[in-house]
Amino acid sequence: MAEKMAENGKTPILDVQELGIDFGGLTAVNDLNLQVFDGEIAGLIGPNGAGKTTVFNLLTKVYKPTRGKIFFDGKDTAGKSVVDINKAGIARTFQNIRLFGNLSVLDNVKTGFHNVTPYSPITAILRLPKFFASEREIDEKARDLLKIMELDGYADYLASNLPYGAQRRLEIARALATNPKLLLLDEPAAGMNPQETEELMDMIRFVRDHFGIAILLIEHDMKLVMGICERITVLNYGMMLAQGTPEEIQSNPEVIKAYLGD
Amino acid sequence: MKEKKSILSFGGDKKQRGRFLSFAIVIIAYIAVEILMKTGSLNSLFTSLLVPITCYVVAAIGLNLNVGVSGELNLGQAGFMSVGAFCGVCVSGMLAASIPAGIPRLIIAIICGAILAGLFGFVIGIPVLTLQGDYLAIVTLAFGQIIKSIFMNAYIGMDSEGLHVSFVQSNFKLQPGGKMLLNGPMGATGTQKIANFTVGAVLIIIALLIVYNLMFSRSGRAIMAARDNRIAAESVGIPISKTKMLAFVTSAALAGAAGALYGLNYSTLVPNKFDFNTSILILVYVVLGGLGNMTGTIISTVILILLPELLRSLQDYRMLIYAVVLIVIMLVTNNEWLMTKWKSLFAGKAKGGASNG
Repeated sequence: MAEKMAENGKTPILDVQELGIDFGGLTAVNDLNLQVFDGEIAGLIGPNGAGKTTVFNLLTKVYKPTRGKIFFDGKDTAGKSVVDINKAGIARTFQNIRLFGNLSVLDNVKTGFHNVTPYSPITAILRLPKFFASEREIDEKARDLLKIMELDGYADYLASNLPYGAQRRLEIARALATNPKLLLLDEPAAGMNPQETEELMDMIRFVRDHFGIAILLIEHDMKLVMGICERITVLNYGMMLAQGTPEEIQSNPEVIKAYLGD
Repeated sequence: MKEKKSILSFGGDKKQRGRFLSFAIVIIAYIAVEILMKTGSLNSLFTSLLVPITCYVVAAIGLNLNVGVSGELNLGQAGFMSVGAFCGVCVSGMLAASIPAGIPRLIIAIICGAILAGLFGFVIGIPVLTLQGDYLAIVTLAFGQIIKSIFMNAYIGMDSEGLHVSFVQSNFKLQPGGKMLLNGPMGATGTQKIANFTVGAVLIIIALLIVYNLMFSRSGRAIMAARDNRIAAESVGIPISKTKMLAFVTSAALAGAAGALYGLNYSTLVPNKFDFNTSILILVYVVLGGLGNMTGTIISTVILILLPELLRSLQDYRMLIYAVVLIVIMLVTNNEWLMTKWKSLFAGKAKGGASNG
């Protein structure tokens, strides 16, 4: 770890140490070490069932780890809840899209500002001046995010009526609304055609540069992974198989074996 | 100007229209009833139903926030009404000497009823709302039964020594000149009737303002997000239990306010009035009016309270017709083809009205 820090010249925003979780007798993730640095786009890949989404669920405290530690922004995250971890600055999207289907696209993004621009229910009921000021700010920021994710034309649609690719982008917009330092994307390109994937890659890069945040993504689309990730971690059977730049990963015989078999 | 518009229309223009419609309905209905009463064209039966209707509308609006907007089933709304009712009656009875004027006393009673019912909701909500699933339905069902039993066995009175509360009749003694506020299974007797229709109409407006202002705000978005997808809501930092609690307590408090008004509309009120059937009845108003649809709730409550009275002439067939009407309304409101026809008709009319005005 010390070497890595020297190499990058900065401290990691996310530092996972010897992380592991068992479900009954099944070890889903074991002995995982993973760092994500400020402003970096990192990738987490691996064959189906390798435990990638489980890692995301561990990072966001949906599951409590059996072993190991997760440091975020220099602080141990042990004992934090899903809500706490979002407040601390980790936002995520879901592999199986989870939008608020009965809310409009704009309102979906606005839910993300829950802790960013808070005001009390009493302020809302009495429609105090703070309500109008906060809502104006939320409305502006939410529309900006929709524009970035190229969803501004859909603002008043019901989220459940959006095309598939747009739903994935809406999840990203909603996650960004929570003002994260680290964004976890779970298969952002799943179900997208090559052209949409191409656009998504540009969007992810733009988001990183515009907001200056770190991004960790799970993806099966190798073109996307190799195209935008600066560092890749390969997972197999819940264990870390390899870690390195896209070039190193592509030429790693272990990785090729895991993906293609002997 | 543009900025202002975006604030006014947040939540969508359609919802905005629905909001104005419900206020308009209440105000127009109030004016119409007042005119009819002045001209004497309303018979005593309808006049006697006016305050109960406003009470049930307020309780149903509250329940819709809980069931429709927050998505948690609540089978004890009548229980919260009874808390508000007996609290309101007791408060009014205690203050009768110090505040002889009816309206201020009524307002204080309503506020006390709302606060106490809200507190009950909070206490019940603490253990239940941290759980996932239909536990709230089970617990509120039990609460309705328990609170009824409590009031059936409660003896509350006031005399020169102050307030007396007992759950055993034989232990209960008042000084001469003391006043019985709650008399066990007999309920509250000798209550001064200080409720009136105007206060009821104002209470509906206040209930609508509270519910709409909550719905179209940060809290409302959080409540609906927690309903639509619990895991995603947590992932954007929305605390689920707290959020559901807000909807539940507001709902209970509105039922309490409605109950206080209801209790002060009768000289006698028995605890049996607020049983499980009443809870289900309020739930029927909400479901029939449409989950999350406050305008629909107001209309369905009024229709379903008036219908049995209008059908009185049919005698034995009364409840049969009532049930048939219920089923027909449900079939019609769930028929997509009919609803689109109805909506296009309505939209056309609205446009015509706008161009005329």
